[in-house]
Amino acid sequence: MNSTPYAIEMLNITKRFPGIVANDNVTIQLKHGEIHALLGENGAGKSTLMSVLFGMYQAEEGVIKKNGEVVKINSPNDANDLGIGMVHQHFKMVECFSVLDNIILGVEDTKYGFLQRDKAREKVMALSERYGLKVDPDAIIEDISVGMQQRTEILKMLYRDNEILIFDEPTAVLTPQEIEELLQIMRNLAAEGKSILFITHKLNEIMAVADRCSVLRKGKYMGTVDVKDCDRAQLSRMMVGRDVEFAVQKDPAKPTDVVLEVKDLCMASKRGKRNSVNGVSFQVRAGEIVCIAGIEGNGQSELVYGITGLEDVLSGSVTFCGQDITNAPIRKRSLMGMSHIPEDRHKHGLVLDYTLEDNMVLQRYFEPEFTTKSGILRRGNIRTYAEQLIEQFDVRSGQGPITMTRSMSGGNQQRAIISREIGRDPKLLIAVQPTRGIDVGAIEYIHKQIVAQRDAGKAVLLVSLELDEVMTVSDRILVMYEGEIVGELDPKTSTVEELGLYMAGAKKEGAQ
Amino acid sequence: MILLLQYTIIFASVLMLVALGGCFSERSGVINIGLEGTMVIGALGGALVMKYLPVSAGAFAMVALTVLASALLGMLFSLFLAVAAISFKADQTIIGTAMNMLATAGATVAVKAMNTIASGGNDVSSDIAYTHTKDLFIVRLGEFEFNWFMLIAFVCLIISYVALYKTRFGLRLRSCGEHPQASASVGINVFKMRYAGVLISGLLAGLGGIVYITAGVSVWKFEYGVAGFGFLAMAVMIFGAWHPLRIALAALLFGFLRALGNVYSGFDFMLALNIPGVVYNMLPYIISLVVLAFTSKKSRAPKAAGLIYDKGSR
Repeated sequence: MNSTPYAIEMLNITKRFPGIVANDNVTIQLKHGEIHALLGENGAGKSTLMSVLFGMYQAEEGVIKKNGEVVKINSPNDANDLGIGMVHQHFKMVECFSVLDNIILGVEDTKYGFLQRDKAREKVMALSERYGLKVDPDAIIEDISVGMQQRTEILKMLYRDNEILIFDEPTAVLTPQEIEELLQIMRNLAAEGKSILFITHKLNEIMAVADRCSVLRKGKYMGTVDVKDCDRAQLSRMMVGRDVEFAVQKDPAKPTDVVLEVKDLCMASKRGKRNSVNGVSFQVRAGEIVCIAGIEGNGQSELVYGITGLEDVLSGSVTFCGQDITNAPIRKRSLMGMSHIPEDRHKHGLVLDYTLEDNMVLQRYFEPEFTTKSGILRRGNIRTYAEQLIEQFDVRSGQGPITMTRSMSGGNQQRAIISREIGRDPKLLIAVQPTRGIDVGAIEYIHKQIVAQRDAGKAVLLVSLELDEVMTVSDRILVMYEGEIVGELDPKTSTVEELGLYMAGAKKEGAQ
Repeated sequence: MILLLQYTIIFASVLMLVALGGCFSERSGVINIGLEGTMVIGALGGALVMKYLPVSAGAFAMVALTVLASALLGMLFSLFLAVAAISFKADQTIIGTAMNMLATAGATVAVKAMNTIASGGNDVSSDIAYTHTKDLFIVRLGEFEFNWFMLIAFVCLIISYVALYKTRFGLRLRSCGEHPQASASVGINVFKMRYAGVLISGLLAGLGGIVYITAGVSVWKFEYGVAGFGFLAMAVMIFGAWHPLRIALAALLFGFLRALGNVYSGFDFMLALNIPGVVYNMLPYIISLVVLAFTSKKSRAPKAAGLIYDKGSR
């Protein structure tokens, strides 16, 4: 019925924002029934391109064609009418509604003004059966697993009879087993004739499921390749523009003295009665990288809050270099040599409306080197110190030390934090998701810095959600599930699958 | 005893109407602090109809026109909030507070001016009397004075419940108060739904206003505003967890406490306690403080209530 093999085409799309070209002459052609990956680093323009396709932005140049005919997409409604659906990276669902209500929202069937929920339920169940998308239609969204929430989002698209499905970084929030399940669902959907655009920066998922792959780099279109004709190295070179080392080079760890000891730590939960951290004990020694792995929201953040003093501890103790610091103020911990690369760099890492140099001395401004006895800041010394760090860690910014931190890119903000924390020559480095939202090249750099700290005899506690990072960087892995440590693994002798089973709570050992 | 029941029901009707109004607004994502002021304006509209429409117009016309005037003025007044908070993205709390100050002051000035002109300068009060017309709202069932407003409030309760939970409109309205970006992503016009929520709240609060000022007395001094009943209704809404049926129960409880203040002298054992009347009058306000202090931690307001909807943010 179609003269063209393409379900949707975006031809020569250019989208500019003030001061930046987000998409520069990008062309993507999606065939009927194919899984087409869109690969690019953070900030490469993937999301912008999809927002153009979904009608949230309008491109300045270029055209969109559906089945060979030019179409105008000015709003999500237009996209929906054209059969384009999207699973957003952050799900767009009403948390206190049922699965069913979320699916029908916006396209409700009514009779005399009343909702026809029974009819809708039948249709949803039929779809769920057909595509193997298990959901409980009456469950409330906030009570169900992330995997089921995602299946609900997919059903939302299928309920609207969408033919073109966009998945925006769908695997970021899933366990390895759930990822495998999702990839299978995507294969089923494609086999049923749906066309899928799969946005990701994870190369092995592309290799596993995609037919073709288009690559963006810094807003520019780098080309489209058949996935079966290329390998990971080739794709990553297209994405980053140079060869990237995937394996982190490091020697075996030589752990020495215990630096951090956490004993039976419990942290209260803000929601619900269960403790967010429940009886966690472990040690970190100098010269080793201990990694806390787990799916987001299993108590890792709260554990770090307890160790760093950002939140009060319910019970248990934290010992640092032989001193009990369970209730010590944050400044004391910091002066004792605890460094913290926080999970949320905007909330806990930087004062965004300070200059870069002021951020560099946030924990040290009161030291004699930076403040006179009468309380006046020694601006000159601060400048010199900041310049030194900026040069050493290659922090890039518009105006050097006097750049407003807010105006810097996420990657360079992260570099600024890392330079500050490592520059303080700590005994213990706590790094929470240090590579979140950072591009591949910078990730490589950050991993090298962390390993270098270890080799310099520092203790490192790494909290990460990224399996690759967990497996390659750490010397010891502790898996957290529902606030407890459910297993300890050696990355050299265990597999990603094994790690995944622990993370999903399917496997548990008598924790040490 | 019957008197206590009668006052409980009529005050509960007031609280329920206004709390339901607040519920519609907040469910759509707009916090309506201006309920108090909206009640005053609604009350003014209704009172003017009752003052100037002759008794000979008959009960039906009297009830219908009074209700219409109150509801309409309430809606018009709530447009302030809708336009400022939704279209111009102003701070909802500040707008609501301004509305409250404006309403009482504006109504007082208007009524004083009318009275001054009508009396040639002899009467500069802010009173409106509706002694005779008030009887048209009442049907005597033995000792119990049934008031048509009671029925209207009950009907509003049923309609509110059905509208919020059984219709497309309700589903969409509630989604806008929880996660407007999600609503927009499925093609719902968040601005339109929020306008609807605020206007419905104006309608119900306006109605609540006229019911309140006719509940116990036949003359109303507009300087008094509505004596904090709009805020009490907000407490009822929170205690009722933004759910119509629970709001009805909460309204009955608070209505009962308020009624005690009116009728305690009719009970011998209460008189014997020798507690000053003002204590009874304070009861609902004190209880609302206590209740909110203990329940508001657990209560779940609509997530996006009070937040300005911005298309760009995620």
